Amino acid sequence: MALLILKRLALGVFTLWLVSVLVFGGTQLLPGDVASAILGQNATPASLAALRQHLGLDQPALARYLSWLAGFSHGDLGMSLATRQPVADLLWPRFWNTMALAAYTAVVGVPLAIGLGILTAVRRGGMFDRAVNVAALAMVALPEYFLGLLLILIVSVQYGWLPSLADTYPGMGLGAWLQATTLPMLTLLLVTVAQIMRMTRTAVLSVMDQAYVETAYLKGLKTGRVVLRHAVPNAAAPIVNVVAFNIAYLITGVVLVEAVFNYNGLGRFMVDAVSKRDLPMVQAAAMVFGAAYVILNMTADVAAIALNPRLRYPR
Amino acid sequence: MTNDIRFPTVSRRGLLAAAAGLGASALTPGLIGRAFAQAVDKPKRGGVLKLGIGGGSTTDILDPRMLTDWVPVNQAFMLMNGLVEIDQNNKAIPELFESWEAFPGAAEWVFNVRQGVVFHNGKTLTVEDVIYSINLHRGKTTSAARAIAEQITDVEKASDKQVRIKLKSGNADLPYILSDYHFLVVPDGFTDWVRPIGTGAFKFESYEPGVRSRFVRNENYWKPNCGNVDAVEVIVINDIAARTNALMSGQVHAINRVDFKTVDLLKRNRNLQVVQSAGGQHFTFLMDCTQGPFTDNNVRLAIKYAIDRKQMLQTALQGYGRLGNDHPIPQSNPFYNDTLPQRAFDPEKAKFYLKKAGLDSLKVELSASDAAFAGAVDAAAIFRTTAAKSGIDVVIKREASDGYWDNVWMKAPFSMGYWGGRPTADQMLSIAYASDSAQNDTHWKNEQFDKILREARAILDPAKRKEMYATLQQMISDEGGAMIPMFGDYLDAVSVKLKGVTPHPMFNLMGARMAERVWLEG
Repeated sequence: MALLILKRLALGVFTLWLVSVLVFGGTQLLPGDVASAILGQNATPASLAALRQHLGLDQPALARYLSWLAGFSHGDLGMSLATRQPVADLLWPRFWNTMALAAYTAVVGVPLAIGLGILTAVRRGGMFDRAVNVAALAMVALPEYFLGLLLILIVSVQYGWLPSLADTYPGMGLGAWLQATTLPMLTLLLVTVAQIMRMTRTAVLSVMDQAYVETAYLKGLKTGRVVLRHAVPNAAAPIVNVVAFNIAYLITGVVLVEAVFNYNGLGRFMVDAVSKRDLPMVQAAAMVFGAAYVILNMTADVAAIALNPRLRYPR
Repeated sequence: MTNDIRFPTVSRRGLLAAAAGLGASALTPGLIGRAFAQAVDKPKRGGVLKLGIGGGSTTDILDPRMLTDWVPVNQAFMLMNGLVEIDQNNKAIPELFESWEAFPGAAEWVFNVRQGVVFHNGKTLTVEDVIYSINLHRGKTTSAARAIAEQITDVEKASDKQVRIKLKSGNADLPYILSDYHFLVVPDGFTDWVRPIGTGAFKFESYEPGVRSRFVRNENYWKPNCGNVDAVEVIVINDIAARTNALMSGQVHAINRVDFKTVDLLKRNRNLQVVQSAGGQHFTFLMDCTQGPFTDNNVRLAIKYAIDRKQMLQTALQGYGRLGNDHPIPQSNPFYNDTLPQRAFDPEKAKFYLKKAGLDSLKVELSASDAAFAGAVDAAAIFRTTAAKSGIDVVIKREASDGYWDNVWMKAPFSMGYWGGRPTADQMLSIAYASDSAQNDTHWKNEQFDKILREARAILDPAKRKEMYATLQQMISDEGGAMIPMFGDYLDAVSVKLKGVTPHPMFNLMGARMAERVWLEG
C-alpha cells in the first residue's frame, strides 16, 4: 500500500512537470507578451524594447524556463512580471478563497447528493425518483453562468435576500462570509449535486440488482439496513470517484462562477495572469490546479483500492 | 446639436446628461436647473462610498509610471494629486501647481507649487517632491508617459516655491500635458509603490490588486468641499453583468462603463441615474496610406462616403455618442472646427471617387476585433452592409483580441482602432497624425500639416490657434487615412443616494476623480 502511494506520488510529480512544460510552451505560442499587454496602445518599439529588457524577456525561452524551474523546485514561485510583487503573496489568499468556497459547497453538497442518490435508488421508478432526476438533468444541462445569473435575478435583484457580489475580504466575520458566498455556493451546488446524485443512484442500483441483496431481503431485513449495510459499501468506490472528481471541479473549474459573482478566487487570478502574459503567475496557478487534480485523483484511487478487498490484496 | 440624437430624451427621468464643455447653450433648461441645484447643495460628510469599477487586474500596481487601466487610475487619484486638473468644462485648472506663466514662445514655463499641502506621512509638499515626481517619467524609464514627457528638456528649482520647466520647442498646452494621469505627486525619493503616499483626499488602508481596496479620509485634505465620505471602497468588477447587478442590488453606489446595449433598461430603475459624458473618445477605421489601395486619396474618400454614420451610431452605440467627421477633435474641444460640413452617407459620391481612382468596384479586407473597442465587429458588419451600396465589397477578417495592438494595429492595411480623449487638440493631432509620431496609425504623412501643427503649438493667442487647428482638422478630414464615423460617450450609472455627480469630458467617473467629489445622502 505504501509503495503504491509512493509510486503514485512520483507519477504525480512527473505529471506536474509535464503540465509546467506544456503551459510554458503554450504561453510562448500566444500572440503578444507581458510587455505588449502592459503597454497596450502605448507600445512603441522603443518603450517595448525598454520594458522587455527591464523584465528580462530578452533572454531565450529555455533559459527563462530553467530559471523558473530552479526557483520552483525550491518552493520559490518567483516575481510577477507586471507588478514585481512576489507571486506567492498574490496567489495564496486567492487559493484559500477558492478552497473555502469549494469546502462550503462540498460540505453542503456531498451529503445532500449522496443522500438523494440513495433515496432515488431505493424509490426507483417512483414519483420522487422521477422528479429528482428530471430536476438534476435540467441543472446539468444549464450552463453554470446562466444558473448564476438566474439566481441573482431572483434572489438579489427581485427580492434582495442575498447580495449579488460575493465580496469577501480578510477579517470579515463568518456570518458575513456565509451571506456573501451563499449564492455562488448554491450555483455550484446545483451543478455538482446533480452529477454526484446520478452517479450514486446508478452505483447503488447496480448493486441492488445483485443476488446477495435479494438474499438479504429474503432473510427478512428491513430496506434501510439492506441499503446502508449491504448495498452502499459495495457501491462506495464509484461514489468516492465522482465526489473526488467534483471537488476537483470545484477547485479548478469555477472561473465562470467567479466571474458572475465577482468572487476573488484562483480562476480570476489565472485569467488575469494569462491576459497579461504574466508567466510566473500563470505557471503558479497552473501548478496549483494541476496539483489539486493529481492529489484528488490519487486520493480517489487509493480510496477505491482501500474499499475493495480484491484490489487491496492482489493475487 | 444636430448630432445629438439623444438630446430629445434628456428630460426623461434617470438621465443626467450633458455635453460637458459644449457650453450651457447645448443643455436643455431642465438639465441646467438640475445640475445647478446639485452644485449649490452643501456636501454632507460621512458614510462609506462603494465604487464598482471595471478595468482592473491582479497585475495592477499603483506606480504612477505603470498606470494603464481604469481601476488603478481611479485608485491613484484617491491617494495622490496631479499637478494640473481638467475640470468638467475641459479647462486646465490648478491642482498642486497653484498657478503658472509661460515666457514668450512657450518653451519656458514657471509653475508655482501650492503651499501648505501635507503628505499622508506628515511631510510638507516641496518643490523637490514635484521635480522628483515629474522626473519619474523622463529619461531611461519604463513610464507609459515617457513619450509625452520627452519634450521636456529641463525641470529645475526656480525658487523655494517655483519649478521651471524648459521644453525642446514651444508648447502653449504644457499645463494640459501635465494634467495627464501619470503625473502624480509623491514625496522626493519615494519608491514604495505597494503603499503609495500622496497628498490625496484618502489615505491608504488596504489594497488587493484586481480585487478591492479601502482608503480612509485624509482629515488634512487641502481641496475645499472634497473628501466628504469617511472611506472609499473600490470593488473591481470586470464583468459588465456583475457590475450592473451590483448596482441594481444596492451593493455599490456607482459603476463605470455601462453597456450601450442595456443602458435604456437601466434607466427604468428609479433608484439609479445614468451619467452620460461627451468627450474625445472616438472609434476609427484605419486605412494605411502607404499600402494599396489606400495610397490613392480617392479610394480613401470613397470609403469615407460609403459609410452610413447615423445608422452605425444608432446601432453600435444605441445613439450614445456623436457623429464623427473623419478628424479626431470632439465638439467639446474649444478648437473644434464647427464650419466643416458633416460628411454624409453618399453612395454616388463614393462611386464618383472610385471612378476617379480608375476603379469600377473595390474589394477590401477589414481586420476587425473587439479589442479595438467593444462592438467593433458589429460596427464592421454595419460598414460592410452600407459600403455594398457603393460597390465596395468589404471582407471582414476577424482578428484575435490578444496581441491585437501589437500584431494587427498599424500593420494591417485596413484595421480598426480607438483613441481615448486627449485634453488638447495638439496632443491628439500630434500623437496620431504627425508624420514622426510612433503611433501615427494611418501612416499618413503631410509636411504642410506638420509645419502648421508645430507652429500652432507655440502660439499663445487662442483665436489664431483656433484658425490653425481648423485647417488641420480639414486636412485630416479630406486627406487623412482615418475614417472616423463616431465619438462614443462615457456612460456611468450611479445610485440616487450619491450626490454631487457631474459629467466629465475626460474619462468615466468624473474624470476618475469621483471619490473625492461626491457625498452620500439618506
